[in-house]
Amino acid sequence: MTNDKHTLSILVDNEAGVLARVIGLFSARGFNIESLTVSEIDKSSHVSCITIVTTATDNVITQIKLQLLRLVPVHSVVDLTLGPPHVEREMALIKVASVGQKRVEALRLADAFRAHTIDAAVDSFIFEITGSQDKVNQFIKLMIPLGLVEISRTGIAAISRGSEAVHDLED
Amino acid sequence: MVTSGPGATNAITGIADALLDSIPMVVITGQVGTSLIGTDAFQEADIVGITRSCSKHNYLVRRVEDLERIIHEAFYIASSGRPGPVVVDVPKDVQFAEYEYVGDIVTEHKTYKPILDASPSVIADAVNLIKNAKKPVFYTGGGVINSGPEASKALRELVELTGIPVTSTLMGLGSYPSSGDKWLEMLGMHGSYQANMAMHDCDLMICVGARFDDRITGRIDAFSPNSKKIHIDIDPSSINKIIQVDLPIIGDVKSVLNDIIQLWKDGDCAKEQPSLDPWFKEINEWRSKNSYDYNKTKDIIAPQYAIERLYELTKDKDTYITTEVGQHQMWAAQHFKFEEPNHWMTSGGLGTMGYGLPAALGVQVAHPDAIVIDIAGEGSVQMCMQEMSTAMQFNLPIKIFILNNERLGMVRQWQQLLHGSRYSSTYSEALPDFVIMAKAFGCLGLRVSDPDKLDDTIKEMLAYDGPVLVDVMVEKHANCLPMIPSGASHNEMILEDVLADTEVSDAGKRMV
Repeated sequence: MTNDKHTLSILVDNEAGVLARVIGLFSARGFNIESLTVSEIDKSSHVSCITIVTTATDNVITQIKLQLLRLVPVHSVVDLTLGPPHVEREMALIKVASVGQKRVEALRLADAFRAHTIDAAVDSFIFEITGSQDKVNQFIKLMIPLGLVEISRTGIAAISRGSEAVHDLED
Repeated sequence: MVTSGPGATNAITGIADALLDSIPMVVITGQVGTSLIGTDAFQEADIVGITRSCSKHNYLVRRVEDLERIIHEAFYIASSGRPGPVVVDVPKDVQFAEYEYVGDIVTEHKTYKPILDASPSVIADAVNLIKNAKKPVFYTGGGVINSGPEASKALRELVELTGIPVTSTLMGLGSYPSSGDKWLEMLGMHGSYQANMAMHDCDLMICVGARFDDRITGRIDAFSPNSKKIHIDIDPSSINKIIQVDLPIIGDVKSVLNDIIQLWKDGDCAKEQPSLDPWFKEINEWRSKNSYDYNKTKDIIAPQYAIERLYELTKDKDTYITTEVGQHQMWAAQHFKFEEPNHWMTSGGLGTMGYGLPAALGVQVAHPDAIVIDIAGEGSVQMCMQEMSTAMQFNLPIKIFILNNERLGMVRQWQQLLHGSRYSSTYSEALPDFVIMAKAFGCLGLRVSDPDKLDDTIKEMLAYDGPVLVDVMVEKHANCLPMIPSGASHNEMILEDVLADTEVSDAGKRMV
């Protein structure tokens, strides 16, 4: 049985401590979290969406899903990797400090990767890049020799393709 | 109900115990005032944080307006689905606040929706498997008890209809009567030879409200290698967690068993069933090993004998048994015979020494006229012996029956088996005199060491109207047998007392 990467979308009631419950479950049962994003998506009904990327065997993924569903504030859990076609994106803010030829090259690559320059000083840039995790990784790798100083990444946000809401499909 | 800080942290073991044994419980903890939360105030502890991983759910009530809804929800969540402990942390200002109580009982929840009924198609699949099995066995657990007396009734009816032999986990004792002719006794690490062999050799295992705990399965890769497995459980996460099963059935045991019974009767399935006689012939050969037999010592009370006599002298009375954790617990499970559910309260999953005495108090409150006996060890009973004062305070005539071998016997047994008899911290030279201790609390204290006087002592205990502690001095080095050593499979049980010579693999030693 192979360890595969899965993206789970978890709809929860946005009550106090709900994120701690989800994270606590992963650490207590020895599941791993590669990335995690969370934000309220419906203010009026206090619903949040947590997107977790984890690597595990199929059996363990099933366990993760079922254990998550045991948590009282969890509405639904969808394994987007096994489910309907979906898209995944990550955003990163990347600070690069350099002068001369390196500075020019950083700006040229940013343009090639369609990264936005959101802050500029005479000796530094902050780039905003959005795309697949591979693309973000690749861009960061290229920035290392060009004066990479600091990175802030959002983790994966994911959603199913088509006109239906994936969590409605579950119910 | 406990106070804030240390009161609440002292309740943690009990909460964790209830979670592992799926026991419905609502714990109301005091908390410092909402304005003081997070300031390291006097007797402040982050109880929702601490209990998050050991409760089914928990709440911090920040506004009195939410109190009614939360308390109703807490009881609903604790007692429905797979039961468990729910903690409600109530700050001091909320305790003092006034608000109108409406009285809306909660019977549903927007996200928490336990599945109670299974789909007809899986019920049909189950009936099909059952009617074609030549060597079936029911493996029943605490879920049958938790599903209520109706579930035990349904189990008995289904066993009667199908003629299939039954074994049970520690937590499930009483769901099928010990006197029943299909009864195989308990299974697992200290279960009977016939139960474990039947589990290993069966062609169909029907797991009803049990969860394939490591104390049941032994070595996973050698667990019941040739059987199809049906697993009935109310908690979907129990399915395929440890053992892969062929037919999962998610639902309440009572409802699922009744559905199976209905379909079995409608289809007149007994007619199509192969004869189970050859299977029972095998089982009876295993039974003839009498794996619960023990060395009946003449001058010293064998611990198993003490339980046997306790059973014989109480079996005609309305008797409830609680236990602590250790050898005495296993001997009680083996030698005390249970006919009805909910008469056996023990700490299974967490294995909490100190459970039995406070549990006995609770049982006595629920059944004031019944005989409630805490079968204890001299080690375990000291964990909560201050509760004898509670017994006096509330006139609860519990009976504490200590099998005193002056050793933490189960640990000593494992040190003998796994650590070459290099004993450590399992022998106490500083035990209290339990008889004097009982008297100090105002209870009756009795001691017996002569097998011939055991019966009279038990009778005296039963006749006394008030809390009694009986210190039964037993054989000091008796081992709890039979036993599946760690890392072994069901068909590799140790039946005789050869622990010192038993080889346990390094992998097995690490498993413990």
